[in-house]
Amino acid sequence: MASRSSLRRIGRLLGCGSSRRGLSTEAGRINLFSAINQALHTALETDPRSYVFGEDVGFGGVFRCTTGLADRFGKSRVFNTPLCEQGIVGFAIGLAAMGNRAIAEIQFADYIFPAFDQIVNEAAKFRYRSGNQFNCGGLTIRAPYGAVGHGGHYHSQSPEAFFCHVPGIKVVIPRGPRQAKGLLLSSIRDPNPVVFFEPKWLYRLAVEEVPEEDYMLPLSEAEVIREGSDITLVGWGAQLSVMEQACVEAEKDGISCELIDLKTLIPWDKETVEASVNKTGRLLVSHEAPITGGFGAEISASIVERCFLRLESPVTRVCGLDTPFPLVFEPFYMPTKNKIVDAIKSTVNY
Amino acid sequence: MKFISEYPEKRIPCYRVLDDEGYPIANSMYEQVNKETAVKMYENMVTLQVLDALFYEAQRQGRISFYLTTTGEEAINIATAAALTPDDVVLPQYREPGILLWRGFTVQEFANQCFGTKHDLGKGRQMPVHYGSEKLNYFTVSSPIATQLPQAAGVAYSLKMDGKRACVVAFAGDGATSEGDFHAGLNFAAVMEAPVMFICRNNGWAISTPISEQFRSDGVVIKGQAYGIRSIRVDGNDALAVYSAIRAAREMVIREQKPILVEALSYRVGHHSTSDDSTKYRPLQEIDHWRTARGPVGRFRKWVQRNEWWTDRDEDEFRGHVRKQVLSAIQAADKMDKPSLTELFSDVYHELPSNLSEQEKSLRETIKRHPQEFPVDVAV
Ligand SMILES: Cc1ncc(C[n+]2csc(CCOP(=O)(O)OP(=O)(O)O)c2C)c(N)n1
Repeated sequence: MASRSSLRRIGRLLGCGSSRRGLSTEAGRINLFSAINQALHTALETDPRSYVFGEDVGFGGVFRCTTGLADRFGKSRVFNTPLCEQGIVGFAIGLAAMGNRAIAEIQFADYIFPAFDQIVNEAAKFRYRSGNQFNCGGLTIRAPYGAVGHGGHYHSQSPEAFFCHVPGIKVVIPRGPRQAKGLLLSSIRDPNPVVFFEPKWLYRLAVEEVPEEDYMLPLSEAEVIREGSDITLVGWGAQLSVMEQACVEAEKDGISCELIDLKTLIPWDKETVEASVNKTGRLLVSHEAPITGGFGAEISASIVERCFLRLESPVTRVCGLDTPFPLVFEPFYMPTKNKIVDAIKSTVNY
Repeated sequence: MKFISEYPEKRIPCYRVLDDEGYPIANSMYEQVNKETAVKMYENMVTLQVLDALFYEAQRQGRISFYLTTTGEEAINIATAAALTPDDVVLPQYREPGILLWRGFTVQEFANQCFGTKHDLGKGRQMPVHYGSEKLNYFTVSSPIATQLPQAAGVAYSLKMDGKRACVVAFAGDGATSEGDFHAGLNFAAVMEAPVMFICRNNGWAISTPISEQFRSDGVVIKGQAYGIRSIRVDGNDALAVYSAIRAAREMVIREQKPILVEALSYRVGHHSTSDDSTKYRPLQEIDHWRTARGPVGRFRKWVQRNEWWTDRDEDEFRGHVRKQVLSAIQAADKMDKPSLTELFSDVYHELPSNLSEQEKSLRETIKRHPQEFPVDVAV
């Protein structure tokens, strides 16, 4: 059974070692929620016209990402909102439209849906529909997403694909603390509205060295985090640690895997994936969200278009099942390491 | 030109029957409660307390993944349940398991849900405390806040069209009143003249957010008028007041075929859930005050004992008895198998579509290849 301890093991493989305490273990080594917290401190510090708000952010947030912000920057810049996601995002759009940086927290990605209209019909089209007279580019929506081992239907979902179908917003997902800080700062400062999903399973689990200074990592740039020659694996967020473990396992059988962190899902870096597939001739995409209509389908179709003659086997997807996210059955639902290893082998031996 | 003030001249009064010492307040009007009902109410409130204490403990020991107590809101739960009939359809938020208890949901059934056993009516799919029972007219709990409120108006409209002598009761926390769905629910109920009673448990907190950061109105009761809905504010820690108010409200809802809004004032004595530590955002003394001096169970007990319907000895015996019952239910649930693997794929749709049967087949092959990876208490 995929337990938290096995995830901890995976964390180490990814170069984001882990700590049972979930706190920084030595200077500069911090966990993911602390990295988010640092980024928010930096954002508020470097731009006096920036705001952080959402349900329960005042006391530090249910995942502690906003700890200390209200004390330091005051309650007029960091505040609790009423329990209303459509209100949070609508308010944030208005604030952003006036030239501010509005950093809105949705408590769980599962609860972003009341704000769907504001995101899809408003934030995403604000610039286009006004002929670029107005924009809400200062908007960033942060939301914890994904499995945690016991979240059931409504504390586990990965809704990224819904948002990838919406021209006008960007969707960004970090894989660990260092990425989280740099990508969040880029998202906040990007002149477009961004939906930023944080892998909540890794909030405490993933610990690594994170530079204390202000730094940004580029959006829409994928990263090859492990080089290989037989097959390309593409993923994002928490799933990368599972995929990394599968790569290590496959290597024992002499299969050399290249692993790519997509980081930004729209607009995505096709070129990096294309170049890799042109090298390996094979592609596997993996995500926790249900397979049907997931973002893996988009990647698969695009790469088949671009690399058809180079492909040596069908593109494979190892994803969540087409069921609601289940509680007791979570270990069966998940795209586990072994499912990925099996898929790697059958793709390579096609 | 005359602007209406943002606040009414006087705060809307709160209907009370018992004072903190369990004495009826002079001249208060209330429904008589006979011995049998009063004792059953009290016993149910105690059962809820014991259930909460032991399930909370089970979560702390890692035997269940999550729990959420009703502590402090036992009177709203049980007195409401007692004032309804079993035909009234309940759409809960999540802090209302007392309604189920009153209607006959067994301690073992609560345990089966929290442990996700093969006998859980929800088939192990949802987190603990997401109870539901079709038989007991209690819709299954859903985590997203306030979604049940417009649904309640639809359920009530159906009762109306079918000419039923029953109403719908939909619960919401104070936090839930901020959601768009709260507005939609109340407005639909008013316009459609749906026989639904909205009960807001105003317990002061939505996780760490106090009501002062939730709304600036005179609480929730005042919102009824804005929608054209009759409303009442009641002391939610006063079982007799809740009982009387709900009885009266139910009568009106059914007779007039119109909605009513009830604001029950209370306090969330427990942490929001096992994922929360409420001492991070509110003083211990405040919690203690509401647990002891203002607690609804103690207050009702004083009244029941003064009527000589209950003794200290009854108390000891009953608590001991319930404790044993709950512990054995926990033990049984802990040992029980989980639902079988087919339940992962069933009920997504009425029938199993081909994508799911393919996925089931492929999953079974994976399990054959890697049996060690999967929990042993799920039959495959
Ligand atoms: C749509 C939605 N947003 C956020 C949450 C997270 N959440 C769960 S309970 C809760 C507070 C609810 O407070 P209230 O309605 O006052 O009920 P109480 O817990 O006090 O009984 C929040 C914000 C959720 N479940 N659903």
